[in-house]
Formats: sequence, C-alpha cells, structure tokens
Amino acid sequence: MTVLRTLNLVRIYQNGGVPVPAVRGVDFAVEAGEFVAIMGPSGSGKSTLVHMLGGLDVRTSGEIWLDGKRVDTLSESAWAVLRRKKIGFVFQFYNLVTNMTVADNVELPALLAGMSPREARERREYLLGELSLTERAFAAPAELSGGEQQRVALARALANGPRLLLADEPTGNLDSRNTRDVLKLLGEVHRQGQTVVVVTHDAKVASKADRVVTLADGMIVDDASMRRRRLPPGTAGDVVELRG
Amino acid sequence: MHVMHSANVDVNRQFGNGGGRVRLPLLALLAKEPAHGYELKQALEQTFGSAYPSPNIGQIYVTLGRLEKDGLVRAVDVEQSNRPNKKVYYLTADGREALETWVDEPTEGPRVRDEFFMKLVLAPLTGIADRMALINRQRRHYLSLMRDLTELAERTDPGDRVALLLIEGATLHLQADLDWLERCQEDLVT
Repeated sequence: MTVLRTLNLVRIYQNGGVPVPAVRGVDFAVEAGEFVAIMGPSGSGKSTLVHMLGGLDVRTSGEIWLDGKRVDTLSESAWAVLRRKKIGFVFQFYNLVTNMTVADNVELPALLAGMSPREARERREYLLGELSLTERAFAAPAELSGGEQQRVALARALANGPRLLLADEPTGNLDSRNTRDVLKLLGEVHRQGQTVVVVTHDAKVASKADRVVTLADGMIVDDASMRRRRLPPGTAGDVVELRG
Repeated sequence: MHVMHSANVDVNRQFGNGGGRVRLPLLALLAKEPAHGYELKQALEQTFGSAYPSPNIGQIYVTLGRLEKDGLVRAVDVEQSNRPNKKVYYLTADGREALETWVDEPTEGPRVRDEFFMKLVLAPLTGIADRMALINRQRRHYLSLMRDLTELAERTDPGDRVALLLIEGATLHLQADLDWLERCQEDLVT
C-alpha cells in the first residue's frame, strides 16, 4: 500500500523578483513500511521536499497524496489537523517545548491526536522506556544532553502513532555515540513497520534505509533500492586491508 | 570481507604490506619485555582484539628471523625440560632506535582512489558511460559498504573500544568519499 505519493512536485521561491526553483518536478512514492533516505548536496532541494511532504512549506505546483488522500490543496489549519493525526516530524535542532517536561513534550502530540490522557501517558511511558529515558521523564529539555533531547524529539514524533515519520537531518547535530542511539531506534521502529522518510547527509543513516533517493538541483537523479545481503561473519579486523 | 578495499582507505597501512609491517608492532611489544614467538602472537591478539586480523604464527617467526638478521632483535635459547629449546627475543639498541623513529614520524594519510577519478574524467570522452551514471553506481557501492560497516559495528562487542574506533575510522573515511562524490556531481555534471 502506498502511504505517500508526489506527482510532478515543484517549489519555486521568489528572491527579489527572481524565481529560484528549489524542487523541479519530483515524482515518487513511498510504500507502507518502507524506510527511504533522501540524499543530495546542500541546495539540492531535499529539505524543501520533506518540508512540503509534512505541510511545513507549500508547493508551487504538483500534487501530494498521503494515505490515498490529496493533501497539497489543504488549508494551513487542515494541514495542522492532518499532521497531528498522521505525521511525526524530527528536525535537526530538536525543537522541544522548553518550559514543558520531557513527559509533557511527548504526551502533548498524543493528546492532540485524540488519545485519552491515560493512553497518552502509557504511550509516553512506553516510548521513553524504549529510548532509555524513563528516569528523565520529569526533567526539563534544557537539563538533557543534545543526544537525549533528540531521542525525546523522536519519542514525541512517534507519540501519535503516525502513518509517516519524516525527519530532516536528525543526526546533523549529534556526536557518533548519540547518532548510534538514534539510528538504533529508527531501525527498531522501522522493523515494527513504521514508514520513514529521512533527509540526511549522514551515510550511516542512509545505510539503514531500504531505499536511497538522490536529489541534484531539485530533481531525482538516482533511486536505489538497498537490498539486504547476507554477510559472511566478519570482524573489525576485516576493515584493515592486508596485502600480500 | 575486505570492506575497505574499494573504499580506498588503508586504515592501518603499517600493519599491512606483505607482512613486512608486522615488524614494528613486534618491536613495540618487545620493547616492553622479551618474549618468544607464541607470546607475541597472543599479545597482538590481546591488544587489538577483533580489530587485528589474527596473525599467523609462521609469519611471526619469519618476521622475527628477518629482524634478527637486521640486528634489531637478538634471540637467546632457553632450555626447557623434555622439550626443544625455546628462543626468547629481545630488543637491541638499533631495534629501539627503529621503533622510536617509527613512532615519531607522521603516518601517511589515505589517498583519494584515483582509479574512480580517472574513470569519471575520461569516460565521457569515450562515450562509454556518462558521469551521472558513474557517480550513481559508485555512490550505491559506497552506501553498501557503509551498510556492511554499520552491521559490523552492531555485531562488535561494545566493550571492544579498539575495534569500534577502527570501524568508526573506516566509516568517517567512507563518509568523506561520499561527500567528495557529491562535489564531483556538483562540479562535473551539468
């Protein structure tokens, strides 16, 4: 089943009367349960694309279909309702609500999506548990490290059980250890069937995906399915190239 | 699985190179204390964990023989009851000097794999392939190597810090190769 589809999607910005095309006709579809990474040089349009997919930027022309429903024609408030119900978004800089506790940050989107307070609490407890953040539930975001904040942001994005998880450079601001934690989680939710579209520059993130779509100059230049291979057992020693 | 072969990163050149480069790690171990061949093999394995392909005992003896010929180590025979004598090796003053020189000199950095660059520059001239296709193929290859490394890191014991650092080094080199492909794409593909 197709969760997301775009048809000839275009975004042109106006820069002092000069049209600047950021996305120039993107057609692609994401199936349920797929993990798609979008890569490309900065300025290739990948962030613009994922923002349009989440209704955070408006398309100039073309169509976006989410769950069989056309959404690019929705009003801003209708988008807001749709996002609450069907989309989780993770940004590079966490964007947590600073004057709310970690627990409230995660419960809020569940409540907005229509869950009862009890369901929202259970969902929050489950997600924070999965992310090893249970003991940080009543801390303020500012008391957390960057890596912990990003894990909270991921929990928040998953709180409403979204049809689609969108992420824009989720590891862009993390060190390698925290990157590993966030990746582990993305891999886990993906294994549980979560559909994921992530814009990334980080090849470690892309290496987790089923598919890597490459953009250049606002267009798709490569769409590679990354089939899993069975690997012979190896060790870190294999990283060293021994000659002779 | 020579993961890094195609990604062109010789993470530990000093250990590779036809076994000749086992020389310096052996000198380093002997600088700590005299030892016989088998002890050296065990010490290498203990120090590097899974980060070092387990050295072959024959190769260690061959290397020790060459080091002895070059005057960098000497051997003394130690008698053992009911067994043949065992050779215990120790470092000479020349050996210590060679070791100090090795430690002090900067280590050669990895080089860009120029074979791919040659293809990228020359292929369009021949009409065999266009550059975008070459870059895409190479990117897919690097991404699948990255997947191998990611899985290798997941399989590695989290306590094995030497191994994890080595994998991270390879990962960072690969990320640089991918970034460089993007630059090629920006500048050479119009």
